[in-house]
Amino acid sequence: MSVSQVTPVIETPESSTNGYAVIGTRPIRPDGTDKVTGRAQYGADVRLTGLLYGKILRSPHAHARIKSIDVSRALVFPGVKAIVTAAELPQPSGKVTDLGEGAMINPRFMSNNCLAKDKVLYKGHAVAAVAATSPHIADEALALIDVDYEVLPAVLTAQDAMREDAPILHERLMALENPNLRPGGLREDTDTGPGTNVANHFVFEIGDVAQGFREADVIVEREYHTSTVHQGYIEPHSATALWNADGSLIIWCSSQGHFAIRDQTARIVGIPVSKVKVIPMEIGGGFGAKTLIYLEPVAALLSKKTGRPVKLAMSRTEVFQGTGPTSGTHIRIKMGAKKDGRITAAEACLIYEAGAFPGSPVNPGSQCMLAPYDIPNARVEGYDVVVNRPKSAAYRAPGAGAAAFAAESLIDELCEQLHMDPLEFRLLNGAKEGTRRVSGLRLPRIGYLETLQTAKAHPHYSTPLEGANRGRGVATGFWHNGTGPASATVSVNPDGTVILVEGSVDIGGSRASAAMHVAEVLGLAYGEVKPMVGDTDSVGFTSTTGGSGATFKTGWACYEAASDVKRQMIERAAKIWEVAPEDVEYAAGTLTYSKNPELRMTFRDLARRLNATGGPIVGRANVAPRGPGPGLAVHIVDVEVDPETGKTEILRYTALQDAGKAIHPSYVEGQIQGGVVQGIGWALNEEYVFNDRGEMLNASFLDYRMPTSLDLPMIDAVIVEVPNPGHPYGLRGVGEVSIVPPMAAIANAIYRATGTRMRHLPMSPGKVVEALSKQQPGN
Amino acid sequence: MATVYIPEPLQSLSRGEKEVTIEATTVRQIIARLEALYPGMEDALVEDEDLKPHIAVAVDGEVSILGLVEPVGADSEVHFIPALGGGSTER
Repeated sequence: MSVSQVTPVIETPESSTNGYAVIGTRPIRPDGTDKVTGRAQYGADVRLTGLLYGKILRSPHAHARIKSIDVSRALVFPGVKAIVTAAELPQPSGKVTDLGEGAMINPRFMSNNCLAKDKVLYKGHAVAAVAATSPHIADEALALIDVDYEVLPAVLTAQDAMREDAPILHERLMALENPNLRPGGLREDTDTGPGTNVANHFVFEIGDVAQGFREADVIVEREYHTSTVHQGYIEPHSATALWNADGSLIIWCSSQGHFAIRDQTARIVGIPVSKVKVIPMEIGGGFGAKTLIYLEPVAALLSKKTGRPVKLAMSRTEVFQGTGPTSGTHIRIKMGAKKDGRITAAEACLIYEAGAFPGSPVNPGSQCMLAPYDIPNARVEGYDVVVNRPKSAAYRAPGAGAAAFAAESLIDELCEQLHMDPLEFRLLNGAKEGTRRVSGLRLPRIGYLETLQTAKAHPHYSTPLEGANRGRGVATGFWHNGTGPASATVSVNPDGTVILVEGSVDIGGSRASAAMHVAEVLGLAYGEVKPMVGDTDSVGFTSTTGGSGATFKTGWACYEAASDVKRQMIERAAKIWEVAPEDVEYAAGTLTYSKNPELRMTFRDLARRLNATGGPIVGRANVAPRGPGPGLAVHIVDVEVDPETGKTEILRYTALQDAGKAIHPSYVEGQIQGGVVQGIGWALNEEYVFNDRGEMLNASFLDYRMPTSLDLPMIDAVIVEVPNPGHPYGLRGVGEVSIVPPMAAIANAIYRATGTRMRHLPMSPGKVVEALSKQQPGN
Repeated sequence: MATVYIPEPLQSLSRGEKEVTIEATTVRQIIARLEALYPGMEDALVEDEDLKPHIAVAVDGEVSILGLVEPVGADSEVHFIPALGGGSTER
């Protein structure tokens, strides 16, 4: 294990770490200049000849039946070119299907979320779309579309939605009792069973839970609630579509996975994927939410009807009301331990609000919440419940943050009752390689204990925290990390540089990390590799940038593609020298004949001679690697709570995380800091505020309070490196686990500052004041 | 022989057996052997020549992205679990 407490300084690209020439250094990102000069092209920057502008008509009701839609007045409005509704979309199957390359969707639900069919299921649900010669005309025309609604009672919380007499969102929703048994989605037409809002219910269990609790000396049981929060990316969704006369479709948009956008759009508009090309634009943040389509099929239909390119771009209010936030949750957890601190049993029930269509992150939440611990007897039950809110979407370690808020807060209470230091408790019970999780799976090599030890030795943990109303909290987090198929090609230029084309959309610096893999393999300088993200017609299939998997899987592809170049360069040198390839050595970008070291060529020398000695060299790789290696994080936070206003100030924050091997430490730190900041917002301020009609009352950044740099101290990011044996350089995904611990860490700190346990998020000033007014120590 | 853990909902098919040992080199072979032992298992796990969309298979603690063609070692542990959504829509 190596530990580097890294301060965010730019080192020269020539610096090296751990014997690598490029891996572990901090070069400037290739997209940096364009971004800081404003030249980078994001989704909404697309401008095409003849471009039309689209606008979406959205439901004013949280739950209503659409009796009729009359577009006749809007269609004759000067400048209006076309209007579409769900009637013009093919109604695909309601059965969950695999799109063939790993992406799993329910096409009916996805289509009905893009344009409502028969019913609107949340305020802001798209109902119709207009294309016009200007955005203002399109906006005005929306008011001329007459929609006759039969307003239905709305159900806004999971608890209400699970009542027997609750309004039913989907009359034919199939209630899964376990996803191992049934495929999900909508029931057959002939199935006339009772309706339900419970889309899924499952149980994970290991050991003998009842016996485990009998063996416990101390048992704590509590309930926790978290509010719906949005990912808050800076760039709103936008899509531009051009449906050509030959039936092909081109889409320009920013997303986390242009292949997924291609596959989803093709399915929803009913054309083959080979007819769709998606050109990825720069992305201004996604955090999981830009993995789904909203505007793309609508823009495509409008373009098909008009024969012109059509651009749709959301406002911030539309982003809040019409795209997926993460779920509100209700979690009960019970845990027992012996007097010596060993956990004997745990039991939890997680109820997540999916929004208008099934698919909350309750499954990963259930599998992650106890994963940092070695618990012999455990049972976790999960419910996925539909409610009249926007359909939830992934948000950074989906489901795990809310689950950790519950588990890590409860563990803090358990430690208090046991009079144990919270890090000692975790070191005693911490999971390691071979530990069996509640899902039954054994953990691979992880760095949890090493990260805990690093936290315990960190000066932050031992520095006295003095002053009134101040407290220190700790919490930990687990995220399983993901992988998937990925592709890359590396082309050698005559000047000795290489072009890297890869398929992962770059959200957090993955172009730089990908280029670093290639430079390391080929012994080139970082600047000699020019990386770019290819469109769906230019590079092999690559799965979405999500699950903290981009640098892992695409890094693998780049490593393999560069190795392919290396092999071909060796063969070419052997051909030129008329020697056997096995006698040619390649090191640090130089080829040498091993039997006569005077016979040598640099990569650049050989690159210049390629076309005359057999043609160009292009390396390629398509991979689907296993072994992404879970990520674990330990956070320490100091807070001060103003007892009069309830405002919580973050005084100091240290986030420690096992990165396996930090390919580009600055981007690892950036991911750690970004996750922490989002977690602080989730903990202290952010929430969707609804009235009883299901209308969001704070759908702007003025009223939806996200933290800014003025609210925060510098987040101290500490990288721990316990290499992942599943990767050639040992890296683990780093993008998500940093958002898992903050909510609990801050709640635990607030308790130490005030003596009051906060079990509802957000712990906003008003709620803290209210809690303090009811203060009963230990409750 | 690989150890295969039968998820609770499928234990009615396996007559209550929670785990079995099977000689196989791929997940596809595991399911074929399970079907021979406990008829109905293949229908419960497989659809259109792939694992059902909501089902994932984990071999030696790693959730597979290869599905039926995932290699299985002589001492592997094989679990059938709900597919994880993760940070994307992919399993």
